[in-house]
Amino acid sequence: MSDTTDKPAAPARIDFETAPERYKHWRIAVDGPVAELILDVDENATLRPGYQLKLNSYDLGVDIELADAVQRLRFEHPGVKVVVLRSGKDRVFCAGANIRMLAGSSHAHKVNFCKFTNETRFAMEDASAGSGQRYLCAIQGTAAGGGYELALACDEIILADDGNSSVSLPELPLLAVLPGTGGLTRVTDKRKVRRDRADVLCTLEEGLKGKRAADWRVVDQVVPRSRMDAAVREAAARLAAQSDRPSDVEGIKLTPLKRASDGGTVTYSSLRVEIDRPARRATLVILGPEAAPPADAAAMQCEGAAFWPLRLSRELDDALLDLRTNERDLGTLVFKSAGDPARVLAYDAFLEANSAHWLAREILHQWKRVLKRIDLTSRSLVALVEPGSCFAGTLAEIVLACDRSFMLIGTEKGDNRAATTMALSPLNFGAYPMSNGLTRLATRFLGEPESVEAARAAIGSTLDAEACEEAGLVTIAYDTIDYADEVRIFLEERASFSADGLTGLEANLRFAGPETMETKVFGRLTAWQNWIFQRPNAIGPDGALKRYGSGVKADFDPERV
Amino acid sequence: MTTNAQGAVDYSTKIPNNVGLNDDQRVLKALEQWHPGYIDWWMTMGPEGFQTSDVYLRTAISIGPKGWAKFDYVKMPEYRWGILLAPQDESRMVNFGAHKGEKAWQEVPGEYRAMLRRLVVIQGDTEPASVEQQRHLGKTAPSLYDMRNLFQVNVEEGRHLWAMVYLLHKYFGRDGREEADGLLQRRSGDLDKPRMLGAFNESTPDWLSFFMFTFFTDRDGKMQLESLAQSGFDPLSRTCRFMLTEEAHHMFVGETGVGRTIERTCEAMKAAGIEDPYDINRVRALGVVDLPTLQKKANLHFSLSLDLFGSEVSTNAANFYNSGLKGRFNETRLDDDHLLTSATYPVLKFVDGAIRMVDEPALTAINMRLRDDYVKDCQGGVSRWNRIIEKAGIKFQLTLPSVAFNRAIGEFRNIHASPEGQLLSDGEWAARKDEWLPSKDDGAFIESLMKPCWDRGKYAGWISPPKVGIDSKPGDFEYVKIAVS
Ligand SMILES: [Fe+2]
Ligand SMILES: [Fe+2]
Repeated sequence: MSDTTDKPAAPARIDFETAPERYKHWRIAVDGPVAELILDVDENATLRPGYQLKLNSYDLGVDIELADAVQRLRFEHPGVKVVVLRSGKDRVFCAGANIRMLAGSSHAHKVNFCKFTNETRFAMEDASAGSGQRYLCAIQGTAAGGGYELALACDEIILADDGNSSVSLPELPLLAVLPGTGGLTRVTDKRKVRRDRADVLCTLEEGLKGKRAADWRVVDQVVPRSRMDAAVREAAARLAAQSDRPSDVEGIKLTPLKRASDGGTVTYSSLRVEIDRPARRATLVILGPEAAPPADAAAMQCEGAAFWPLRLSRELDDALLDLRTNERDLGTLVFKSAGDPARVLAYDAFLEANSAHWLAREILHQWKRVLKRIDLTSRSLVALVEPGSCFAGTLAEIVLACDRSFMLIGTEKGDNRAATTMALSPLNFGAYPMSNGLTRLATRFLGEPESVEAARAAIGSTLDAEACEEAGLVTIAYDTIDYADEVRIFLEERASFSADGLTGLEANLRFAGPETMETKVFGRLTAWQNWIFQRPNAIGPDGALKRYGSGVKADFDPERV
Repeated sequence: MTTNAQGAVDYSTKIPNNVGLNDDQRVLKALEQWHPGYIDWWMTMGPEGFQTSDVYLRTAISIGPKGWAKFDYVKMPEYRWGILLAPQDESRMVNFGAHKGEKAWQEVPGEYRAMLRRLVVIQGDTEPASVEQQRHLGKTAPSLYDMRNLFQVNVEEGRHLWAMVYLLHKYFGRDGREEADGLLQRRSGDLDKPRMLGAFNESTPDWLSFFMFTFFTDRDGKMQLESLAQSGFDPLSRTCRFMLTEEAHHMFVGETGVGRTIERTCEAMKAAGIEDPYDINRVRALGVVDLPTLQKKANLHFSLSLDLFGSEVSTNAANFYNSGLKGRFNETRLDDDHLLTSATYPVLKFVDGAIRMVDEPALTAINMRLRDDYVKDCQGGVSRWNRIIEKAGIKFQLTLPSVAFNRAIGEFRNIHASPEGQLLSDGEWAARKDEWLPSKDDGAFIESLMKPCWDRGKYAGWISPPKVGIDSKPGDFEYVKIAVS
């Protein structure tokens, strides 16, 4: 690890868009209601030079393909009820995140990498919980660290009992860091492994195999190798029977995004990202629907990936990932919108009315995930609600996701756009829970549930700036005399604070309310891990990450902090 | 194993040992529980068809010059598998790695417990594996002498298993006991419970394979034992040092077995006036193994055995070394700092489409270094074989293939190379591999020679008699009194 390389000279842009025909590390094989998702890493196809992806270990490139596969399985294969995750290699399932890659990465890259991999693991669980696409993990060979954590994101784990296959979380004994992809949380909270046994597991480099792995619930079944295929088939059939996904339905094709960049502005079909480098700020302008919603679900399916809510969500998702990874100096993200709020509400109504249709359901879950991605983006998030904007219903969630929101009362002289308004739809009251399990409104009004009820009563109403301020939907509303100046001063002040301090502050304030596995992973685990990642015991010249692979043991500072 | 009046085995006195077993109730109790499973394993997976025969075997009953080679007839299930360690040297040190200069450990250091256990288990797993692989060979033994040698190797592999189980029982607590049980549960070549290392799941279908195996694969065992004999964990070191005395006999069986096969072939060729060693059909018609087929066998067993050394560049090997658990061949005789933190070692790698030498940190290249020592050791035996051929005046030389040839582990696992080390396409490999590795036809021919020859002093037609007998016994000595069952 060398943190002096935090800002490499000219890092190539990391592209989050891919497609199965371009995968280097995964294969999808669909057979009726069951799809196999096979990890077969090409060790030389790395994202960056300097390491090889031995033993089915992964880097961000491998995980970008996984995220794409998880997404496509939902949209392109509605008939797939069970995804069987397995290795394409003989004696190894997956060795987790590549250690040499981690050791050679900047702190920022490691943190971003962990966040993205965590989001993808939760996306797998969301596929199961949200749209009945269950994940079954078949482990033949060793599943170490992130390899086992990948399995933990599945509904069930079947482990071959062949004396070799094992699951382990060796991060602490081997590298002096923590399992970074939710392993600790899922072992105790999801699989409900007893805490002392979890302690044994996490300090035992070689992990567990055979009967004990099943007795301790770190896997669901252990079966002889010769019974493996049959056991997987049986479990897949059982899980498929529990799924409410449709049979014999065509999926839609997730076509390539339309994205153009001139360095300063990135233009998508319904989103524009304007980058102001001197101010270290990106402005995301969301464009409302060009037309009214289609007549019915069949017409929506015909539109496919061009259907406005789906198209916008994918573009927004791509823009967020791009900004997070490739534009790390842009500390503030400003959200604006332009369009007809009534049309946005019409799309909300359409999705709600068709929520039993598989595609509408997938799109609602997709929006939920993209909105969570906004919540989890460690940049200052600011909404500017201005004339001509369309922050209504689903798009109003973006305002609610921001750290601060400003709304202009009235219109500037000579501006003939529609006056500034916002509106809520029923989707603001349950369709898009945050990672704490609550809606953004419920989280916002944790101490004043009556405000949630007041907002509910306003569903469908057009709310002007004063009404929004009154209802607590925005931080503050300014009239035309003050607005521009106040916003400028705020943004300049924000940019002057410590980036680290802001990241910590925002992450703490955004997630009021109860703990869930997600908040534990993105809060507790991430904070501890990011601390450990900075400490000499891990990354110092004599630390475990630095010395890994050299054969020389790490030299630890014994002081407990 | 003898039993006392109550019918229970009296372990405290009947197991030859120099580890004070009588006074070690904990280990005695563990061995008592393990032993029935071992005997059960020996009866079901040990030499098939000869369990009630009297075999003239060597038993080690103590480590002194008089005690380590007691010869007598014994029924194999009654063999006295002992626990014998080379004598303790109070002043012994950790001789390499980060702990160099500390007193050698008599107990397992807590931080290395898992690593050490893994080393012991991997070594232990190979011991019963080869017994399983060789269990059908008695039936086709080319002589009573060879049959006896096979069984000697088998019981000693059994003793090596005991040696490793003793370490597991003595030093690794409950996990050690579970691992000791696991050693009896895995089976060579079994789909569900395979042995841990690849070469130990291959079959040993004929006597030529057995000789090649003991020459090449037991020699890997020797190298592993040599490097474990350097261990800073003294009981492991002492155990391995004693095992090496037995391992030497296994390699003797392999080298002389192949040597006698060569000798017989050359003799038959000369008698028939065949000069061209590649006139395979005519040579085979003589009922002997043609030299090119012997080369193919050597190619196969050499390449399988190389895989046992693991990846050329290995973090595990580096950790083992730096921790003082597993050293290099002849560690204490090497002239360097024994730390290797700044040294490099040349490693043959596959880089940018070509096979070439790359300097790697010596610490991570420990496996490569041991493998180099192994290749040298093999070459010695191959040269002695070639002298037999030379003496017979036949123009043929056996050679060791390139280390890139036919590999499943390490740098060359994803490529194909000829025995000369030339890179080959998949197509070329498929088209030519029968030139270099035993084909089905070769196997069938060798099998056709595998007819038992159990008359005292007689040898199958494809192999020469040995120069001297075991324990200086005369030529017609009855090494195995075959029980009619
Ligand atoms: Fe042995
Ligand atoms: Fe041996």
